[in-house]
Amino acid sequence: MRSVQAPPTLTLPREGGGNSPAAAWVEEPPTPTLPRKGGGSKFQLHHGILYVLLAVGSVVMLFPFLWMVATSLKVDQQLFTTPPQLIPSPFAPENYKTVIDAFPVGQFLINSVIVAAFSTTLQVLTSAMAAYAFARLRFRGRDALFLVYLATLMIPFQATIVPLFVEMRFLGFVNSYPGLILPTIASAFGTFLLRQAFLGLPYELEEAAFMDGASHWTVFRRIVLPLSKPALATFAIFAFMASWNSFLWPLVVISSQNLMTLPVGLANLHGRYSTAWNLVMAGATISVIPILAVYIAAQKQVIRSVALSGIKG
Amino acid sequence: MVGQSRLRRGLVAAMFLGPSLLPLALFTLGPMAASLVISLLRWDLLRPPRWKGLGNYALLLNDPDFHAAIQHTLFFIGGYLPLVFIGGLLIALGLNQRIRGLSFFRTVYFLPVVTSWVVVAFMWRWLLNPNSGIVNYLLGLVGIHGPGWWTDPAWAMPSIILATAWKDLGFVMMILLAGLQAIPEDYYEAAAVDGAGRWAKFRYITLPLLSPASFFVVVISLINGFQIFDQVYVMTGGGPVGASSVVVLQIVQNAFSFGLVGYASAMSWVLFAAILLITLVQFQLQRRWVTYA
Repeated sequence: MRSVQAPPTLTLPREGGGNSPAAAWVEEPPTPTLPRKGGGSKFQLHHGILYVLLAVGSVVMLFPFLWMVATSLKVDQQLFTTPPQLIPSPFAPENYKTVIDAFPVGQFLINSVIVAAFSTTLQVLTSAMAAYAFARLRFRGRDALFLVYLATLMIPFQATIVPLFVEMRFLGFVNSYPGLILPTIASAFGTFLLRQAFLGLPYELEEAAFMDGASHWTVFRRIVLPLSKPALATFAIFAFMASWNSFLWPLVVISSQNLMTLPVGLANLHGRYSTAWNLVMAGATISVIPILAVYIAAQKQVIRSVALSGIKG
Repeated sequence: MVGQSRLRRGLVAAMFLGPSLLPLALFTLGPMAASLVISLLRWDLLRPPRWKGLGNYALLLNDPDFHAAIQHTLFFIGGYLPLVFIGGLLIALGLNQRIRGLSFFRTVYFLPVVTSWVVVAFMWRWLLNPNSGIVNYLLGLVGIHGPGWWTDPAWAMPSIILATAWKDLGFVMMILLAGLQAIPEDYYEAAAVDGAGRWAKFRYITLPLLSPASFFVVVISLINGFQIFDQVYVMTGGGPVGASSVVVLQIVQNAFSFGLVGYASAMSWVLFAAILLITLVQFQLQRRWVTYA
């Protein structure tokens, strides 16, 4: 149940000011030009302390990443020195080569990309189509069916994992790409999200298209999808990250090493080199780069999609 | 003609819905229903299943491992929720000021949220290494002899709590920051006119108007708390000596290591029921403390 509805946002204007209707009841209209918190040196001091605290917090958040990269570049002897050294000396980039030689990290990467690509594309497509049906088509049982979708949102994946495995075994999909991908190709959450987006679109364009004899499929492809790009992107990023970081299902359904996705392969790596932290951290660094690249490139969308859904890695 | 157009509409709807409905039925709804049946069987996936009735559920009532898993889960939530909520609230309050560099800080605090659990679990296993971890080294500098963290039964769950709070802080901060920014400035200005101080504003404006966002955080955190698996599997594997074993870990172990598929399914249903119940109770309780403006 990852999508309990987002907290209702208030629609009152952010900047109060005297001209806002919401402020009409305030007896003395406040001057809008006044800074919110105090003024002068007191203002500066508060912000100074705030910056220091936020900076300390940032170090706490960033340091584990730095330490991961630093560790991945150290030689074995430098791992356990006291005091611990932040800068590796000598630099040992060959750790990356060791990991890539001993483990099919490239294959893990390819597997993760294949699974994420199929999972994301199909999820966006199937969810958008279903969302169009719920937002724009009239058919018997539509509202009842939509309730079924909402109920599906509440089923935790963990609760279905055992019968899902049994089913995949029956279908002969255990230890295969279809086994990894099939359970992720539809999303009740995505359908819900995109239906909301489609409902917000104006009808006029579509009506004009229908007048010209366009089919629902044409309207869906040529009008609704292009107009909903932001919502589609938000959901695509959500689906991509969920797939990229997914651990439990790939762990259960895959047993041969050449089909493992990055997280599962990485967990295995640790099983092999339980004390060779430089090698483990080299593997971790490799696996984190693609997702960080997506994050840096599409930050706002990423934050929005995660905040919308309540997803946990 | 009318009948034909209704048929046509039905076909169009089926075309749009089918690609989504079919997989959902096959891979989510079907398994959920099947899981209820399987929970009534004795089955090891190898030999044919045998009927067991409610026996698996009866077994759950007397299984000390399962009870321990629930205790660990409650301990986890008890430690994790206050930590991540207060931490997230403090950062959100800090970022809600008019400061430069807001987007930088937001990016940084959100970084762990997008990182996969396996990577985060490795990072923390290494940071919290009892002998050569940097955390114990830093504690040593201020004269504290650091604990054994994930190698010590008493500290395994706290280690997991710490790592999880660190990872989720940015998520909680984001939700609360959105809640804070939705509070109209007029309220603060009106309160200032009435002579309210900082604390009074926080207590009587910020906290009540933030309560819908807080409610969301609490509901999501409890749901996720009952489902933790990745971090436990990688950081401790449930150990040492079962000290950090949780429900989902036991579901996986029972089904895929011990050949107790029916028993694992019964556990899944109890987990699902517990999550559903707790969420419903929360929605009931929200009337007492959540203010919708």
